Amino acid sequence: MSAGDEFRHRTSEEDGLFLGGEPVGVDVAVEQGVGPVELIPDAIADVELAHTAEPVPRTQWQLFRRRFFRHRMAVISGVVLVGLYVACFSAKWWVPFDPNKQNLLLGPVSPRASHWFGTDELGRDQFARIVYAGQISLKIGLAVALISTVVGAVLGAIAGFFGKVTDQFLMRITDLFLVVPAIAILAIALRRFGHSDTTIILVLAGLFWMYIARIVRGQVLSIKEKEFVEAARAAGGSAPRIIGRHIIPNVVGPIVVNATLAVATAIITESTLSFLGFGVQPPRTSWGNMLSTAEGYVGTSNAYLLYFPGLAILLTVLAVNFLGDGLRDAFDPQGGRQ
Amino acid sequence: MTFDDDPTSLQPVESAISPNGSRSLSFDPGAPLLEVEHLSVEFPSDDGPVHAVDDVSFTVAANEVLGIVGESGSGKTVTSMAILGLLPKRARVRGAVRFRGVDLIGRKEKEMQAIRGARIAMIFQDALASLNPVFKVGDQIGEAISVHRKLPDRAVRDRVVELLDLVGIPQPRQRADQYPHEYSGGMRQRAMIAMSIANDPDILIADEPTTALDVTIQAQVLEVLERIQERTDSSILLITHDLGVVAGVADRVMVMYAGRQAELGSVDEIFYDSRHPYTLGLLASLPRLDRGGARSQRLHRIKGQPPSLIFVPPGCPFHPRCPAAEVPGRCNTERPAFREIGADHRSACHFAEDLDREQLLAPEPATS
Amino acid sequence: MLTYITRRVLYSIPVIFVASFLLFAFVRATFDPTAHLRASRTAAEAIKSERKRLNLDKPTVVQYSDWLKKFVRGDWGTSERTHERVFAMIRRSLWVTTQLIFWGVLVSALLAIAMGVYSAVRQYSALDYTLTGLSFVALAMPPFWFGLIAIQFLSADLKNVFHLQEPLFYSIGLHKPGVTGLNVDYLRHLALPVMTLTVQIVAGWGRYQRAAMLDVMSADYVRTARAKGVPRRRVIFKHALRNALIPLVTVMALDIGVLFGGLIITETIFSIPGMGRLFFDSLLRGDATVLVSWTVVTALFIVLFNLLADVAYGWLDPRIRFS
Repeated sequence: MSAGDEFRHRTSEEDGLFLGGEPVGVDVAVEQGVGPVELIPDAIADVELAHTAEPVPRTQWQLFRRRFFRHRMAVISGVVLVGLYVACFSAKWWVPFDPNKQNLLLGPVSPRASHWFGTDELGRDQFARIVYAGQISLKIGLAVALISTVVGAVLGAIAGFFGKVTDQFLMRITDLFLVVPAIAILAIALRRFGHSDTTIILVLAGLFWMYIARIVRGQVLSIKEKEFVEAARAAGGSAPRIIGRHIIPNVVGPIVVNATLAVATAIITESTLSFLGFGVQPPRTSWGNMLSTAEGYVGTSNAYLLYFPGLAILLTVLAVNFLGDGLRDAFDPQGGRQ
Repeated sequence: MTFDDDPTSLQPVESAISPNGSRSLSFDPGAPLLEVEHLSVEFPSDDGPVHAVDDVSFTVAANEVLGIVGESGSGKTVTSMAILGLLPKRARVRGAVRFRGVDLIGRKEKEMQAIRGARIAMIFQDALASLNPVFKVGDQIGEAISVHRKLPDRAVRDRVVELLDLVGIPQPRQRADQYPHEYSGGMRQRAMIAMSIANDPDILIADEPTTALDVTIQAQVLEVLERIQERTDSSILLITHDLGVVAGVADRVMVMYAGRQAELGSVDEIFYDSRHPYTLGLLASLPRLDRGGARSQRLHRIKGQPPSLIFVPPGCPFHPRCPAAEVPGRCNTERPAFREIGADHRSACHFAEDLDREQLLAPEPATS
Repeated sequence: MLTYITRRVLYSIPVIFVASFLLFAFVRATFDPTAHLRASRTAAEAIKSERKRLNLDKPTVVQYSDWLKKFVRGDWGTSERTHERVFAMIRRSLWVTTQLIFWGVLVSALLAIAMGVYSAVRQYSALDYTLTGLSFVALAMPPFWFGLIAIQFLSADLKNVFHLQEPLFYSIGLHKPGVTGLNVDYLRHLALPVMTLTVQIVAGWGRYQRAAMLDVMSADYVRTARAKGVPRRRVIFKHALRNALIPLVTVMALDIGVLFGGLIITETIFSIPGMGRLFFDSLLRGDATVLVSWTVVTALFIVLFNLLADVAYGWLDPRIRFS
């Protein structure tokens, strides 16, 4: 939540990262509540419909599937995402152009049948470049999400469950990062460690794991206080057993949802850093540094170079966000409402 | 509690009601106060319509206290919301709710606004949640007055203090400037009552007004309600799940089950000559000190759970839990009519006349 | 309340200085502030004197504590890049950024509140869906991309289509050279950057406000107000909005604090010499003196607005005020 404009979408999505900020989480649940919510509704509905739940037993998984597939946008988004990943990483078998093949005689041409997205100054086919650049952008998004989720979930759970030293350490570190805009930290770190894909992934994951850790820690802390865990503990349940039986099933939802959204945040952040010149460096291309190059054509007749990489990011991030919302609803229809 | 006798304080305000004169409805003062006829309310849901209220009819006479008793999910709250037109838009409401001869169902929002709080007022169960946390209690009560009558601020203010005093809030002048969270639970409920009687309504709907309160506070709040009723001639619709609350206050009692009426009669008929197994079950589950040997007997409880309002059992909705049910037979095939079984005493039981009351009322023998 | 604020401030001071020290050490380890002198003919001597001037031969901790001692006394040093006083640079940039934030936040707040109220009142209407959809899109766009598109469409294309001498909206700076003050020129410069900023902010706030309004509209006290006969408009604007603003104001305060150091992208795209731009330029040259002061100042704003969020919360919600 600390990066200013470039991180805005995270700010308003989940975390509550800010000292004392307990913001959102509520919103999606409310927005997508089942029936229309008019004046006064749920107060009565809660009382009066309390007994109406059909007594047919359903497993968690069945409930999850049912709720998820009701989200048409989320299902479509899932399909789109899988399609994007498959299309980008199978590029060499189906994309007719070499993304780096120059054609100086052709020069820049606007989109047309032979070059769907046009070509740049060097006559390179933009469609091919976008598909290949997608390999880097999508790879970074997925890798950052996976690494930061695993690290963040483990450390967050340890901090939440065993408390004390780990917890203090985690909180102090996150506090440190909260007082400096994240984009500044990332820019400096990339300047220091270089711009290879691995470095970029590690640097982004090095910041993102804290978001997940804070969320998981909060979840674990609140679940730990719940009666059923107290009961399990009173009944002599061991720590690993309590974690396995009670904590994990309850934190899986927030972890999966946030991991999904982290893909989107990572892709946008990478593109922003690349745009500023701190991310993927030419001649390697990501959607971000394609846009960085295209900035030079703003206001010229070659402005089409600006549109397609941005649309690619938009499509991907939109799909990830819809998927995340669908998952959030499917895991927990009540959302953050307590 | 301070009830200084000042008969001028609660003069009828008929003439002052509803400043938006042209829109206000013309009531027939000779018509019955409130008639509910064949009221049904359904909510759409994923699994099918929820039959929250199913064909409910009753009347409320002037200066009468009608108790509506039922478990949660029996439709009592939805009934009261339907009267005030406060149900969500998705609710499908059928039937009629006639106030002084005018049907309120499907009325325009503007027309209903003139009635709400002025002619028919409501007291809600959870006073803390029902009072706006960011406004002073006095201002909230004052608003109830000022939306219906154009009065100078001073007069509104005086009236608020008077109302708070009337419901037994000490130091009403100071208390008016406090926020709801600074009140105790019982005081909040009294403030709610003060707000509801601000315009001397004809009907007061009290939805579980005592449920969230301690037993001693419950008694005080009920006493306030009774006194108010005596002084203002309003009728009260007292909604509760607790037959005990109704016993001392109500003139007549309506028992609801699964969105339908089970029994309706005078308070004596319901308590001493009930003709419905569900009512008898409720009565048997009341703790009573007047029956000897209470220690050796367990309190009766009605077995099973209230039904889903989506899949209401066929025939009589109570038959799966009814100790007197004839199953298979009429009880699980034929929906019992809500029929007259005595003067102003109705019951929805096929066997209303033949019930073995003693057996149904008998406490369970101790099992040990 | 006062003790709470004092405790928060006292706690955040060491955090700020630890953070700025780490940043300082990091920048010093990464950049050589004398790199630009290497090409000159008298490189060796120039570098030597520059290293002496910047105390580069001392350990980083000593350099930092020297800087800190001067910093708290009001001497923020001189930029290694421009040789200007750091304090003056930051003051100037801060003023520019503050203008951007002011207009961006003003427009965003009004739009977000309007969106929230509208969506809550007409939930599931066509416009509600459109607004929700648009905020999804806005949240999924890289912020710099929207800025570039806005320049292309509203500055360049508009100028070409209507054959204007000058673009209607400018995309560089906050004023034409030589012009100052609140005037049409200012507005024409401000429009696009404020719009870029607003799109990023309002999507989040609007969605947040919509959820808060919907939540509040189903609260018991709103039902009470309706049962009193309060007209619908008044129920919405008085009873519901007053409550729904409490969380929004808190979130706004938190977000605004971050903006002081967070407009790097917007200021870069529109060549606005604010704090973000200052950071970016200083970072490219490893100007540690500026960067470390910049960090402290932006961190102070974040802490300050965190506090403001708490104060606002207590001010708006009587339950907090009294307990």
